[in-house]
Amino acid sequence: MVPEAALVIGALFVLTLDLAFGRRRSLESRLYLAVITGTAAVVAAMYGAFSSGLAGSVFGGALILDELTMATRLGVLVLAWITLTLAGSTARLRHPAEFVAIVLFATAGFTLMAAAQQLLVAFVALELASLSLYILAGFDKSKPESAEAALKYFLFGGMSAAFLLFGFSLIYGLTGSIELHEISAHLAGHPPTPLLSVALVMVLVAFGFKAAAAPFHLWAPDVYEGAPVSSAALIASASKLAGLTLFVRLLWPGFGPGAGNVSTAAGAPGWLAIVACLSAASLLLGNLAALAQSNLRRLLAYSAIAHAGVMLLGVIAAGDAGNGPLFYYVFTYGIATVGAFGVIAVIERTSPCQRITDLAGLYRRSPLLTGCLAIYILSLAGIPPLAGFFGKFTVFAAALNLGGVAGPAGWLAILAIFLSAVALYYYLVILKQALVVAPTAVTSSDPVTNPITVPADAAIVLVFAALILVVLGLFPSFVLRIF
Amino acid sequence: MNALPLTIYVSFAGALLALAAGTRSHAAARWIALVSALTSFALTLLAASSFAPSPGLQTIIDLPWIAELGIRYHLAADGISLTLLVLTGLAATVGVLFSWNIEHRVGEFFALYLTLIGGVFGVFLSADAFTMFVFYEIAIVPKYFLIANWGSPVTREHAAMKLVLYSFAGSALVLAGLLWANAAAVAHGSVSSFSLNDLAAAATHFSRGEQIGLFALVFTGFAVLAGMFPFHTWAPTGHVAAPTAASMLLAGVVMKLGAYGCLRVAMPLFPVGLAFWQPTIAALAIIGIFYAGFIALVQDDFKFVIGYSSVSHMGFVLLGLAAANATAVAGAVLQMFSHGVIAGLLFAVVGRMVYERTHTRQLADLRQLPLHRLLPFAALTFVLAGLASMGMPGFSGFPAELTILIGVWKTSPVWALFAGGGILVAAAFTLRAIQVSFFGSIPLSRVVASGSELTHAGSLHHYESITLAEKVGTALLLAATVYIGLKPDVLLDWIIPALQSPFMQAALKGGSL
Repeated sequence: MVPEAALVIGALFVLTLDLAFGRRRSLESRLYLAVITGTAAVVAAMYGAFSSGLAGSVFGGALILDELTMATRLGVLVLAWITLTLAGSTARLRHPAEFVAIVLFATAGFTLMAAAQQLLVAFVALELASLSLYILAGFDKSKPESAEAALKYFLFGGMSAAFLLFGFSLIYGLTGSIELHEISAHLAGHPPTPLLSVALVMVLVAFGFKAAAAPFHLWAPDVYEGAPVSSAALIASASKLAGLTLFVRLLWPGFGPGAGNVSTAAGAPGWLAIVACLSAASLLLGNLAALAQSNLRRLLAYSAIAHAGVMLLGVIAAGDAGNGPLFYYVFTYGIATVGAFGVIAVIERTSPCQRITDLAGLYRRSPLLTGCLAIYILSLAGIPPLAGFFGKFTVFAAALNLGGVAGPAGWLAILAIFLSAVALYYYLVILKQALVVAPTAVTSSDPVTNPITVPADAAIVLVFAALILVVLGLFPSFVLRIF
Repeated sequence: MNALPLTIYVSFAGALLALAAGTRSHAAARWIALVSALTSFALTLLAASSFAPSPGLQTIIDLPWIAELGIRYHLAADGISLTLLVLTGLAATVGVLFSWNIEHRVGEFFALYLTLIGGVFGVFLSADAFTMFVFYEIAIVPKYFLIANWGSPVTREHAAMKLVLYSFAGSALVLAGLLWANAAAVAHGSVSSFSLNDLAAAATHFSRGEQIGLFALVFTGFAVLAGMFPFHTWAPTGHVAAPTAASMLLAGVVMKLGAYGCLRVAMPLFPVGLAFWQPTIAALAIIGIFYAGFIALVQDDFKFVIGYSSVSHMGFVLLGLAAANATAVAGAVLQMFSHGVIAGLLFAVVGRMVYERTHTRQLADLRQLPLHRLLPFAALTFVLAGLASMGMPGFSGFPAELTILIGVWKTSPVWALFAGGGILVAAAFTLRAIQVSFFGSIPLSRVVASGSELTHAGSLHHYESITLAEKVGTALLLAATVYIGLKPDVLLDWIIPALQSPFMQAALKGGSL
């Protein structure tokens, strides 16, 4: 619990400091103070996550400290650190300390989600994270879009939480336990009942929401578009990573006996079949809808939906290949997404950045941002030697190893490979604006042609994120070896 | 031999340096690019001079890379790869010379250019399918930016996107095939590995259906890049829209990546599939030779003539591969080299020497100009390159196409007869292009007098003279095509032993199943 404690104490400390000393200072210095304190808390949490080691089940089985927990916690903390730093140098907030504190609360929720191995703890952790994220989505009170994003996110999220809780209560009723391994043992010993199917479907609805998988994706484009950039970045990256870890732990160690089989065409029914359907729907809908977008953030949202399809494929394969491919994929995806949002945030300091065409001429305005953006986007597109490529490669390899092309898992992998050629189109549309098209200014004072100054701390984290993508792409064993 | 991997690293390092230097000095970026390309070229020649032909790939580096999936960083070379490495070094050097006059975003241009070159070197050196695929994709993306940024204004964005999506769709097919092959190998009890040798060994246990499906995926994926009919349409539009150096590289080297992938991966790994698909590939190759040739015959745009001629000539390469006997495949590799050089020459004349001076590529406009008087060097070069392209003895096209035809005859005389007809079509469209573009029937005096928009009297005599860089580049390419035309044995002595290795023999056996 050290990381969670560090984060919560850090959050409270941020608030206290701001109350005590922030009164008479400028917004900017209050933000810096909050971000520095928050970063210290995140670093302390990283140390805590690292030093708590691989102790196995702790707190009477409520939490588990295994490789997946450690990797997810560190991954989430890195993503939160990047988000915080970007917020510090780019956000114009009226309540900086509250923003940082809520980011820290959300992060505490994420690290708890990474370790939860009991239905109740899982639910509480998820809610801690979700409630914080709802607030973050609506943090920009000056923009109606932000309020819309928060409301949509909250309504969908609340509904999916209700489904999840209902599903959990049914599972508790069926198995008499909230411990994952006892649930698993019970399910293995008893034939599946229709009620179990209902319960699993309800859990998967909440999973679909968290992963932004079609058809539970409707919140994603609006939230990505309307929420403040740093909040959107956190929702798109760290929240995804924690959510995938939570659900892959629920599904495989918990409900594994009800998985069924999708490696052959005539496999046994189970929740895998539903996940496979969600995956196919996300791949198709995300990639095809992204083709039609003209708003950069909505494009990123649809690309996130498409990526969710691959992540679900990773969940399917995780039963056989372990969590390594899935974690690698989600983590590197998170880094690339946080980076892309970071670039948007830095641009927005100078000129608006909503439409894809707002990127026009970026290569003249800031070569650094252009280079970083190219790395993030090409990683999302899955171009080697960047990490996004190997992520796809290892997930597809794991899915095909389930049964070759004899079953839905293999077909999904083939579908995803072909759709990656479709995806390259819309990623290149982004890069075309940034790297090829010259800026078009209506007047000479138009900010769209001004050079962009990148704050030093933002530059450092953006380059750091780009480096992670290159290094992990070249040496994926660094991550895979953990599992 | 052991220095060959340096070609990859030198190219990538050159790319970074050119990018860094380009912000300050255009000249520095150019010289960095030239030094980098020349170093690679010298390294390939050095390796060639001490090369002892032997069957099988000679391993240069073999390191574990991603142990979890059995992926190794395995670089190796044999006579086939060496032939193509020399070609790449030559084309890279000449390409830099022909882009010496680029003034817009010079550092970025050469950075992308050298990245592409590094990827190409990597593909030709890889003996592990994963390593090869990584380099293959590295070679794809720069093409988009090269064409979209520096291509001809109207069509460049469309053409760049089309070209890259075709290439990427092809590589998606390859990726699907490789992953499926790996999964099937694991299912048949092998350890997960992407080494070409291991995959080939495992593939002998695959069912006939698996072999046929896998061959179709991998071969089609690579053949897209080789310009196989009906997946060739990216090639003419892409070549035409690209800046000269990129056209030279695309037609000269990148299309060879596709053919090399077919030869190195698809054929040896899945010989049963090859046997099944052999007639189809041959038919598509012959259709490609004629179809592209006939289209080239009626083009109005000079560069489109060359673009389609590339597709037509690559048809010979694919036909040689489809025949799958030692002679035909050796001829195909020779044709890869030969076409790489000749296509480079043709694009250099059309894109750099003619277009950048006359600012038109329309044959109807060029006909109005007595170009043989105005640009005699370009005219001479184009005539020589055209002769080489038609397969005139004394140039490299002749031994290459002849070897292919002899080999194809062994497999099927009917195919050889058809393909022989294709040479006539090539002669027809090349002669037409020479005649119309350079030897327009209107005499100089009348042109000056008519004072049309294109030829207003002042500009006629003010065509910038052919620069030294262009002359050196032309001389290098001409020397290569004449040298190989007179002494094809130099390359065949490398290629034929390479085909004797058990690995490549599997491919050739597939052809006679």
